[in-house]
Amino acid sequence: MNLTRAAPWPAGTAPFADPGETELLELSLGPQHPSTHGVFRMNALLDGETVVRLQPVFGYLHRNHEQLAERMSYLASMPFTDRLDYFCSLTNNWAYALTVEKLAGLEVPERAEYLRVILAELTRLQNHTVFLGFLLGDMGAWGSVLMYGFRQRDAVLDLFEALTGSRMMCDYLRFGGCRCDLPPGWAAAARLVVDSYPGFLDEMEQLLTENEILRARTMGIGGVEAKRLVNAGVSGPLLRAAGLSHDLRKVDRYGIYDRFSFRIPLGEKGDVYDRLMIRLLEMRESLNILDSALRDLPEGPVINPQAKLRNFRPPAGEAYGRIESPKGELGFYLISDQSPQPYRYRVRPPSLINLTLLEEMCVGAKIADVMVILGSIDIVLGEVDR
Amino acid sequence: MTDPDRLLSLLEAGLPGSAGRVRRWTNPGPSGQDALLVDPDAALEVALFLRDHPELQLDYCSNVTGVDWLPREVTESVTTTETVGGETKEVTKKVTRTEPGYLEAVYHLYSVALRHGPVILRLRAAGREAPAPLPSLTPVWRSAEFQEREIFDLYGISFSGHPDLRRLLLWDEFEGHPMRKDYVAPDEDGLPAIETAAAKGEANR
Repeated sequence: MNLTRAAPWPAGTAPFADPGETELLELSLGPQHPSTHGVFRMNALLDGETVVRLQPVFGYLHRNHEQLAERMSYLASMPFTDRLDYFCSLTNNWAYALTVEKLAGLEVPERAEYLRVILAELTRLQNHTVFLGFLLGDMGAWGSVLMYGFRQRDAVLDLFEALTGSRMMCDYLRFGGCRCDLPPGWAAAARLVVDSYPGFLDEMEQLLTENEILRARTMGIGGVEAKRLVNAGVSGPLLRAAGLSHDLRKVDRYGIYDRFSFRIPLGEKGDVYDRLMIRLLEMRESLNILDSALRDLPEGPVINPQAKLRNFRPPAGEAYGRIESPKGELGFYLISDQSPQPYRYRVRPPSLINLTLLEEMCVGAKIADVMVILGSIDIVLGEVDR
Repeated sequence: MTDPDRLLSLLEAGLPGSAGRVRRWTNPGPSGQDALLVDPDAALEVALFLRDHPELQLDYCSNVTGVDWLPREVTESVTTTETVGGETKEVTKKVTRTEPGYLEAVYHLYSVALRHGPVILRLRAAGREAPAPLPSLTPVWRSAEFQEREIFDLYGISFSGHPDLRRLLLWDEFEGHPMRKDYVAPDEDGLPAIETAAAKGEANR
């Protein structure tokens, strides 16, 4: 492929009299661009408005999170995991705690398991809620949908604040359990939020799914077949939108997810429209889980009394743990050499690996669609660059 | 299905001669995640076999990462027979030797189709000097593309056969590999780190 000359128009198809010699345009999108969801950059090569080539550029938010974690105690990294995917601090906490528990062979009391499920599903709800707003923002509906989403998300953040003291940087999970028990009245307040959600989702679906412009902008764009997605390590809602039933809550059944009945919504084509709809449907399933988890929440301790907070040294060995975070498969890989710091601490970021096929999704699409495709992947740069 | 012994017997049956080139690595911890230590020359062949074998179908490479193992001193007692003045006796001595360090790439594989895993592959580079060469597994699993670039960036393992081996997170002019255990940042003063309670793991919470 010649990367400086545009392909000639097939005979008789040129929209103007004599196109003559045309050139490809190299366009750098980001890192300071509102639609790149942070400091993400893409170098796109354009033929007219069509994308010929697209290269992502990373690292603008890199702070070597892994090296920081290898120089401090296991517990001291817990608040730093909040800052990976800063929309979903509680699922980050869970993935890290789950891996350390595998590494040290720690059990988690039943009440703590229920609390983890409740908080993870609330996190999924609020992540998908703002995702809808941001995606519509990328399509030009800047403001209203996002604000509807933020209004609903605020109710969930209020719950997080009442429980953990922080709206976004929750730092709530501990190895072998949770930091503290629920404050009085929390479960009833959570029940109110859960009960208010279906009405919000109905409103959103009415607003979005029948919208002519939205359908024109999202249908048939960015789809890649499921087999290629699996090979590229893509996970989470993207994989399910392409029709593959793969959800770690069902596959690994970590925690106590085997006790809840919920369905896995599947798409057909894996285009942006399917990805959007998958998130809407997933929220309804999360509400089902929350409904039964809040109903069945048992009494008891919230942390394993054998879990040591001071001078915590897991036995030598290594562990890889993964959970279904709202963005996809979030994994942690830890090696212990019996010292208070992990010898190796690795985050498997779903946001970064889901971008592997970004070029494939965008080539052949219009430049305006690139933003929509990127928005539908749902990345957070705190996790991409670490 | 993902028990390493079963994997080894499948490999031996499907890839004759792999017995010496793939070994079992036992995890001493309670997680029970044992690994396969694969000879770098055989890595591509073994990876393709694991991906395409109908009983395994390890089609999903979840995590790829590097580990830096520094040279370490090992003290062993060695018993030798010595002849002193016509008298032969056994002498036990403590010998200290240095085991060379190496860089390692670790792959965590799962099967989406059959829902099992993880199968862990460990590839060891010959030493720690850059470029420490290892074969790239990106042609087998595309998900390794960015992750191998990250290892190249932060650990300095150079993956042969990678389609686009550049630094991922740092800029191209950057010198050094910051995730290595002996890396000293240019702005560090070289003084020993302050032994805080948090660094010793004795912090209050």
